Amino acid sequence: MITLNINKKNYRIEADPNTPLLWVLRDHFGLVGTKYGCGIAQCGACVVHLDGEAVRSCVTKISRAQGKKVVTIEGLSESNNHPLQKAWLELDVSQCGYCQAGQIMSAAVLLREKKNPSNQDIDDAMAGNICRCGTYLRIREAIQLAAKEAGEF
Amino acid sequence: MEKINANQGRRAFLKTSLLAGGGLMLHFSGLAKMVVPVTDEGITPAVQWIEITGYIKITPQNNVTIICPNPEFGQNVMTSLPMMVAEELEVDWNKVTVEMGPHDNLKLGPQFTGGSNSMRMYWRPLREAGATARNLLMQAAAQEWNVPLEELTTRAGMLFHEKSGKQGTYGQFASKASVLPVPKGVKLKEVKNFKVVRNSQKNVEGAKIVSGKPLFGLDYMHEGMLIAMIQHPPAFGMKLKSFDGSAALKMPGIKNVFSLKLYEDDFEQAGFDVRTFNELLVVVGKSTWEVMNARKKLIVEWMPAGDVKDTMAGRGGKREVIVPGELENTSVQLQKMQEYAKKPARQLRKDGDPETAFKHAAQVIERTYNAPFLAHNCMEPMNFFAHVTDDKALLVGPLQAPGWTEPTLCKVLNLPPEKVEIQMTRMGGGFGRRAYGHYLTEAALISRKVKAPIKLIYSREDDTTYGIYRPMYTATYRAALDANKNLIAFHVKGGGIPEHAIHANRFPAGAVDNYLAEGWEIPSNITIGAFRAPRSNFNAAAEQSFLDELAEAMDKDPIDFRLELLKRAKENPVGKNNEYDADRYAGVLKLVKEKSDWKGPEHDKYSRGVAAYFCHNSYAAHVVDLTLREGEPYVERVFSAIDCGIVVNPDAATNMVQGAVVDGIGNSLYGGLTHKDGVVEESNFHKYRIIRMHEAPAKIEVSFVHNDIDPTGLGEPPFPPVFGAVANALYKAKGHRFYQQPFTSPQPGTRNV
Repeated sequence: MITLNINKKNYRIEADPNTPLLWVLRDHFGLVGTKYGCGIAQCGACVVHLDGEAVRSCVTKISRAQGKKVVTIEGLSESNNHPLQKAWLELDVSQCGYCQAGQIMSAAVLLREKKNPSNQDIDDAMAGNICRCGTYLRIREAIQLAAKEAGEF
Repeated sequence: MEKINANQGRRAFLKTSLLAGGGLMLHFSGLAKMVVPVTDEGITPAVQWIEITGYIKITPQNNVTIICPNPEFGQNVMTSLPMMVAEELEVDWNKVTVEMGPHDNLKLGPQFTGGSNSMRMYWRPLREAGATARNLLMQAAAQEWNVPLEELTTRAGMLFHEKSGKQGTYGQFASKASVLPVPKGVKLKEVKNFKVVRNSQKNVEGAKIVSGKPLFGLDYMHEGMLIAMIQHPPAFGMKLKSFDGSAALKMPGIKNVFSLKLYEDDFEQAGFDVRTFNELLVVVGKSTWEVMNARKKLIVEWMPAGDVKDTMAGRGGKREVIVPGELENTSVQLQKMQEYAKKPARQLRKDGDPETAFKHAAQVIERTYNAPFLAHNCMEPMNFFAHVTDDKALLVGPLQAPGWTEPTLCKVLNLPPEKVEIQMTRMGGGFGRRAYGHYLTEAALISRKVKAPIKLIYSREDDTTYGIYRPMYTATYRAALDANKNLIAFHVKGGGIPEHAIHANRFPAGAVDNYLAEGWEIPSNITIGAFRAPRSNFNAAAEQSFLDELAEAMDKDPIDFRLELLKRAKENPVGKNNEYDADRYAGVLKLVKEKSDWKGPEHDKYSRGVAAYFCHNSYAAHVVDLTLREGEPYVERVFSAIDCGIVVNPDAATNMVQGAVVDGIGNSLYGGLTHKDGVVEESNFHKYRIIRMHEAPAKIEVSFVHNDIDPTGLGEPPFPPVFGAVANALYKAKGHRFYQQPFTSPQPGTRNV
């Protein structure tokens, strides 16, 4: 039996410790906000926070997540009030929306590390998140807006 | 615009009905089947004004729900189509709830997301629905208050009789309105009075997207649901020989391992029944990871399929097609294309006497362009949920056109349409790929076989290597100039595997006295399908690069040269069936010239390229400003000018154009699939390069031509000319032309990029 702490709640599961966190989140805990895009850590749709670090859950085994704090898009804020979520809605970023949870989760770590990221910082931090609809310009803008509005969160 | 006679018996009449608990549900029933002719575009239904449209639900408490008929894949129809209803209905947009409609072509129309057709096809029907509902509510209030209808006004879900000071909510009159006779020909608002449409409205699902709510097919859950994955042959031209699933079956969580035949031998395929492999292996289990692991334990023998006979349904009756059995190689394909390009081809259009003109030309310029297969690479891989029992089927998932797959499901499952329910989820991208419902048929057959609800999931590799690609294309352009450098003849000979990309009636047809368009094809077992602006997505690139070279040879500015040709097409057009409006085409060129400050001082900082195109009823022009960073091309900024008629949701439309530009840059610079012995070499994103944020421009400035023309589409039109503009900008940056896509691959006649 493996216990995982996800979004401040404890979940218990009988599963192969090698199971990627992505599939445990989606198939067992109904936390489908974290998406499957490629399975080989290339697209970023599966990004979650593991003790605050952005990790690709499609290649992160649940054994690695044991004893750590996992945060998914569902747990990023109480009611869409994370500065990134607010900026995303303010600027109407999404097109199909499939990649956006991963984009936000990657950006959240960037903003924690760099309060006023430059465009270069953003490009570097977000290079691992693919958006097939091409909303990159708005994602960049939203990150900048969120940085401006962030203050304390 | 064609108006279909709506009097088709009782079916044509607007029906209203009471919702349980009171309230008004307004729906139209109309033509049971809308004929969708396949034209040059691939998927272009004629614009038909039909009394078929969506539900409006109003509760006594004045809650308004508007149903969206067309499935959503990022083009924002879930917001913009209901906006049209809300506009005429006169409700407060911010209080409206939007729901995705069920599959019901009788009530909701064609429900086909594709061909950039949603806005165009639903513009009148949805507005009529809103206006008629409003009229019914006014009638109900007029009766109750005993006042003339003409004295009533409405605003934000309320009715007013100013003379007497009476007022009420729509909710109060909804029940009464629902039993009134439905009026015909209710007047629609004037464009200048729009309050909702033509104003930017936020994506109605935005909040759900950013909080990770279940929205996509892959997110769908059903009690007792199992997970299924397929294993398809590793190469085009191969099939299953034998398999041993015993090791896989022993793996934890696994329930079934079997082979599945999709269509029976005599099955007549319709246009969207395309499938690459008719026999697949299937693994069914309790969870995705368990199934993924078990799949690896399959012991399979594959063998060459040889030539395969497929039966295609068609208007003249069924016909048989031989699918060649060769295991194809890209290098061989390229060689074959070169050979075929020299052979006689099928004439698509001829004006004047091109042969003579070329014979006597002072100068002939000939160029050949090539582009590879492209995979759609929707971020959400193919998937569908199916729960099939003996007497009915429920299917839920991402699909662009339920009406095209339902007949196939009925045939394959031997169920009548009333027993087959298809629910459409939000799609994580479509681009044309999800118009081909083979994965629904697969899911349905799997569910029936295992007697359980299942969700079929394709892995990224399954998806990318499955096929239904954008074809591999080539085109050779020739232009004849006279001694004064006038363009006297134009010839395009296009080919492809397995079809060519030529739109013979597009510009510059109509602008050149002597014009010839030809096409040829090489059959293949590599399956293809509609890909964002089919054919146009290559055609524009080649043609717009060629026009650029021509302009240079004629010492003309590229924009001015196009405008001259368009002037000719307008004032003294050559031939018939010129598929574009020369004024509107010129309009976007003029607008982009202005907005980009085409010849302005900043011009020297960048390598500039321009291109324009007409497709799917809209016009687009781009100026691309490119630089080289350590020799690598980087698009810094783009100026886009669009004419799509009335822009229903300006900010969302801008987002779409920006997305199409990024998509165009990415595909033109990096996109492409290659084959080795039938095997796709780019199976996932580590090999198939997708444009990323640091490769996207810092700025894409979008301008719309302002007019009151009924809206046409925007999903596809901005996409094709991006390729041409990038090629033309690259020429300026590198000093040589770009003839082979993707543009970061080695170019003919150069050492390398």
